[in-house]
Amino acid sequence: MRIEVNGASHEVAGPMLADVLAELGWGEARVATALNGDFVPKGARGQTVLKDGDRLEVLAPMQGG
Amino acid sequence: MRDFYGVTLENPLMLGTAQYPSPAVLEAVFRASGAAVATVSLRRESGQGQGFWQIIKGLGVPVLPNTAGCHSAREAITTAHMAREVFETNWIKLEVIGHADTLQPDPFGLLEATEILAADGFEVFPYTTEDQVLAARLLDAGAKVLMPWGAPIGSGLGLNNRYGLRTLRAAFPDVPMVIDAGLGLPSHAADALEMGFDAVLLNTAVAQAGDPVGMARAFALAVQAGTLARDADPMAPRDMAQPSTPVIGKAWL
Repeated sequence: MRIEVNGASHEVAGPMLADVLAELGWGEARVATALNGDFVPKGARGQTVLKDGDRLEVLAPMQGG
Repeated sequence: MRDFYGVTLENPLMLGTAQYPSPAVLEAVFRASGAAVATVSLRRESGQGQGFWQIIKGLGVPVLPNTAGCHSAREAITTAHMAREVFETNWIKLEVIGHADTLQPDPFGLLEATEILAADGFEVFPYTTEDQVLAARLLDAGAKVLMPWGAPIGSGLGLNNRYGLRTLRAAFPDVPMVIDAGLGLPSHAADALEMGFDAVLLNTAVAQAGDPVGMARAFALAVQAGTLARDADPMAPRDMAQPSTPVIGKAWL
């Protein structure tokens, strides 16, 4: 399926959010996820099914003021 | 010193982690400033996030994640949830921006997000203006700390509305308050603490100085001076002169 990850189009297998994160190399990374604008807690990634056209945000610690 | 959700700071200084020339300078600045809190953010993972997290952990101070750049309550709430998971803290510096040029808080979105997040167990540090009515509403909504701005973020203008800030401080004497944003010089920080504010939060003033480590040290001394001055109960200003040398005993010449 084709989804948007951090604003860029990606072809991924999925089907779970946890699978997609592993595919993208973020399986073990300290990141937080939001699907179509809603927060998905780490514990729910294994049960969250992605579908074509979904918008995924993967955020990480960054400098801030 | 007043505590921030149960945490007493050794130093009334919170420091941002952005805009430094290098991670080495960031670490040196934290050492030189004695900053007791580090503010951080969340951005799209681009390969640097994991290394940055290690640097932040190494600073050994509590982390205060922000919702910088959020322009709606919904955006800020989602960001706060993501920050709580990544940084493992209930603290959130809640920014809901209402204007692109001034980065002034949107009071309506800020209040809405504060209420929802506080009910969800977050310990909210709302980035607000000196507006006293808004302050009362934020406290009613569950905030136990307020972060009034000194001046617009990154402007370096100092305490832009001293009357408003003094009034706010007097109206809520027991509420921990941090002057956040707009400070440009150590004298601004000393000023804020002399006025009775409990801490200051800054970033650009140090990060964009020609010598960030030197400026960090200057701010460290300023917050120390401001705290000592406030604790020493400053004299009241007056309009007319009053001789400090005794008048009695002056020679008749």
